[in-house]
Amino acid sequence: MALNYDEAVAKYEPTLGLEVHVELNTKSKMFCSCSTEFGGEPNTQTCPVCLGLPGALPVVNGKAIESTILIGLALNCSIAPFSRFARKNYFYPDMPKNFQTSQYDEPICVNGYLDVEIETEEGPKQFRVEIERVHMEEDTGKSLHVGGATGRIHGAEYSLLDYNRAGIPLVEIVTKIVGGTGKYAPQVARAYVTELRDILRSLGVSDVKMEQGSMRCDVNLSLAPIGSGSLGTRSETKNVNSLRSVERAVIGEVIRQSNRLEAGERIVQETRHFLEESGQTRPGRSKEQAEDYRYFPEPDLVPVVPESAWIEELRATLPERPSVRRARLKSEWSVPDKEMTSLVNAGLLDAVEETIAFGAEPTRARSWWLGEISRLANEREVDPTSLITPSQVAEVISLIQSGELTDKLARQVVEGVIAGEGTPSEVIAKRGLKVVSDDGALMLAIEAAIAAQPETAERIRGGNIPAAGALIGAVMKATGGQADAAKVRELLLKHLGQFEKATGE
Amino acid sequence: MTTTKSSAAEMATALAAGTTTSVELTQLHYDRIAQVDEDVHAFLYLDKEGALEQAAAVDAKRQSGEELGPLAGIPLALKDVLAQKGVPTTCGSKMLEGWRPPYDATVVTRLKEAGVVILGKTNMDEFAMGSSTENSAYGPTHNPWDLTRIPGGSGGGSAAALAAFEAPLAIGTDTGGSIRQPAAVTGTVGVKPTYGGVSRYGLIAFSSSLDQAGPCARTVLDAALLHEVIAGHDERDSTSINAPVPQVVKAAKKLDVKGMKIGVVKELQGEGFQAGVLDRFHDGLDALVSAGAELVEVSCPTFDYALAAYYLIAPSECSSNLARFDSMRYGIRVGDNGERSAEEVMKLTRHKGFGPEVKRRIILGTYALSSGYYDAYYGSAQKVRTLLMRDFANAFAQADVLVSPTAPTTAFKIGEQVDDPLAMYLNDIATIPVNMAGIGGMSLPCGLAQEDGLPVGFQIMSPAMRDDLMYQVGGTLEAALLAKWGAPILDKAPVLAAR
Repeated sequence: MALNYDEAVAKYEPTLGLEVHVELNTKSKMFCSCSTEFGGEPNTQTCPVCLGLPGALPVVNGKAIESTILIGLALNCSIAPFSRFARKNYFYPDMPKNFQTSQYDEPICVNGYLDVEIETEEGPKQFRVEIERVHMEEDTGKSLHVGGATGRIHGAEYSLLDYNRAGIPLVEIVTKIVGGTGKYAPQVARAYVTELRDILRSLGVSDVKMEQGSMRCDVNLSLAPIGSGSLGTRSETKNVNSLRSVERAVIGEVIRQSNRLEAGERIVQETRHFLEESGQTRPGRSKEQAEDYRYFPEPDLVPVVPESAWIEELRATLPERPSVRRARLKSEWSVPDKEMTSLVNAGLLDAVEETIAFGAEPTRARSWWLGEISRLANEREVDPTSLITPSQVAEVISLIQSGELTDKLARQVVEGVIAGEGTPSEVIAKRGLKVVSDDGALMLAIEAAIAAQPETAERIRGGNIPAAGALIGAVMKATGGQADAAKVRELLLKHLGQFEKATGE
Repeated sequence: MTTTKSSAAEMATALAAGTTTSVELTQLHYDRIAQVDEDVHAFLYLDKEGALEQAAAVDAKRQSGEELGPLAGIPLALKDVLAQKGVPTTCGSKMLEGWRPPYDATVVTRLKEAGVVILGKTNMDEFAMGSSTENSAYGPTHNPWDLTRIPGGSGGGSAAALAAFEAPLAIGTDTGGSIRQPAAVTGTVGVKPTYGGVSRYGLIAFSSSLDQAGPCARTVLDAALLHEVIAGHDERDSTSINAPVPQVVKAAKKLDVKGMKIGVVKELQGEGFQAGVLDRFHDGLDALVSAGAELVEVSCPTFDYALAAYYLIAPSECSSNLARFDSMRYGIRVGDNGERSAEEVMKLTRHKGFGPEVKRRIILGTYALSSGYYDAYYGSAQKVRTLLMRDFANAFAQADVLVSPTAPTTAFKIGEQVDDPLAMYLNDIATIPVNMAGIGGMSLPCGLAQEDGLPVGFQIMSPAMRDDLMYQVGGTLEAALLAKWGAPILDKAPVLAAR
């Protein structure tokens, strides 16, 4: 009988290790001035340096070092006063020099930690994930294997190489082994990667888009019988490309490994590939006969020796930690959990916070950004914050609050702003969008509506208040939406002698 | 009258005075090359069109009264290890046959900006690995003093071009002696500047932590003039020194060593050195003493390990540097029949494209960097390097410059040492410590050995970023010997038959 997850973690203690690769968002590559922009025509963002032409030499991108130090500081690491690049030697056609320039035994950031919180049966619990190192390296080019069944190099008819990605700065963040999580290993792994992603985003050093590969996670996992105090053989699951997959990969490996162990088989130290569809992993290359990369210090680069004053300057610029900020805003705005999650996932915290700072009421600020503006942004496949500024949203909201705009009119104003017709007040002026607040004009429309639907009016007079909706709708339609629906309701009910009753309920 | 025997400084004076033009000078050298290079084989490629165009441009600028650098319009031979845009650059290897770089090395950019006329690319040991230029995939270069002998290496082409009057100036590169040893055996002057003094950008790497480009010439002053053109900080080379270039031209003109302390390195004489080499070296020492210098003997005990450590570090770096030659992006491609995998094509190309010495060093370096051997080999070699630097620091505390013979012997016969790599490696015993410590070194002629009548080189070593000191001592020694001999040493070389 195969073990399920709960049975597996009742017998075995999982130990985690997480390696996260992050593409920095520097404008130029790690060792040359070529552009890092995503999606260019193949081999248009190259030069003698990133093509590894004979004689070309690397020069370290200072901005990449700055970003890496910021990451290290945010993860509570020590910044090495002296670190170096090394060469990792192996042959592969997408690697122009047939060595990768990477930090090896002298990384720039070491010995940090990140505290993450997960929900347990006993309530929220904090786990400390210790960071072994944060180091810099360069990305390789991309191979496209054409003509084979698998898309892999074996069996392909020919391969195309694109070196635009060659030399893009990468940072690798490696944890120490994470033990003591028990059955919560999947949640801890996910919480760590989530918190890390949020921190990197708040630092502004990377796009951290897992689906586009600007953040990639490898999950190391081993099992040992509970209480044995030993460590099992680990597998390394590559390219786990979403937060949910991190969790699923851990679960999948716990189940796979526990069943092997139950069957008396040994765990092979190997690289495995995560299968998105099934949540399982398939074997990659075995690491039992480790490849010899013949690392040695990169002689073309001088050591990285950041001045301590500079490090302190950078430390002073660290933003509030995302989880701390989220907790603060959640309580300041009294937001329900679900809505907070939506705001975070949509990347709208900054926009909402700024809109509120411009005087908008928090609930309205949130609902405008999450609702109408996000909807328009989705239609256009752009970021909501690229459509309209927080100050413009705040202006619209204040006009609603003062009764000068209805929600419906406000939507038209926002549309106008997005269409480039100017500021909200300019759009209002140009489109003539003003609430009809003249009681006389409204009364004329109300009387017309009653005349058109005498039976409805009769029902209202008879105390059927909800029936008023049909007449209010007719008035709104007649005034082109430029009336305040609440006002219309009040006038209508008063006119039919039911206002006291309606407000008294 | 300006001839191919004139020094670059003399040619510059003639150009400034209007008694000749750069086009005339350039053509004069191409005529000389046509006469003798079939026998000498200093050049792998001649860029006549590009050179004459540059010469005409410089002449036009001069005509219009534009301010020009001291070497504007002077021809030069460029070692084929430096990338020159659009001009075939082979490193003496089949691997790069037909490759035309899309960019200029910084040294080449600076030469062009200074109005120097690049005649062509000179022969060399494949990827600068060798001491005789016999490892070139395009055939050996012959020593103009005796065509049956080697011109040194790896920069034998550049040195032979100078000695055969095919060019007044040349660029070499020196990883373990590849500028200085060829200078020694051809009776010319060669300088390895302080590591980081001249940009390595575009210098096709053999061993990154040791490689250094430098000037080759027939006089110390000419070398200094060229040194100042190519030296200086380059932001494309992280290891390039960001400091003012030492004033080597001024130093070369000083002709004064009174009160200077000359350290004679105890470990670089005696056993293994040819008697005639040691005799001429002592003539040089005498000349310096007569000029007012004081000799002190210094000891550098770690020098005994320098060669062994060098043959771990240089091959280690080369095994990695030469990995990029895999036929995927440039150079030759062997065996790509549509059936074979990329890996198989890489293997076949590297098998066919590299010569035996290059393969030997790649294998040696791959082994030295392997896990389990790294500490014992590469790690220990780096420690020796630190000790060598300490030896030099101690020695320079006692002397302004250090001196030794440049090479243990005069030029040997072509073919004589080809099958004995260790004997070949020993040619660099006196030059290697300079590279390992990153300091400056110069070789200049100090006479002819009595046994064979062939030139002997005198090496001067100066502390890092004090290249001016070796030029000062070298200039003074050159003047003293010239006064003694009555004529430049190359006047004693046999006249090459013109074809």
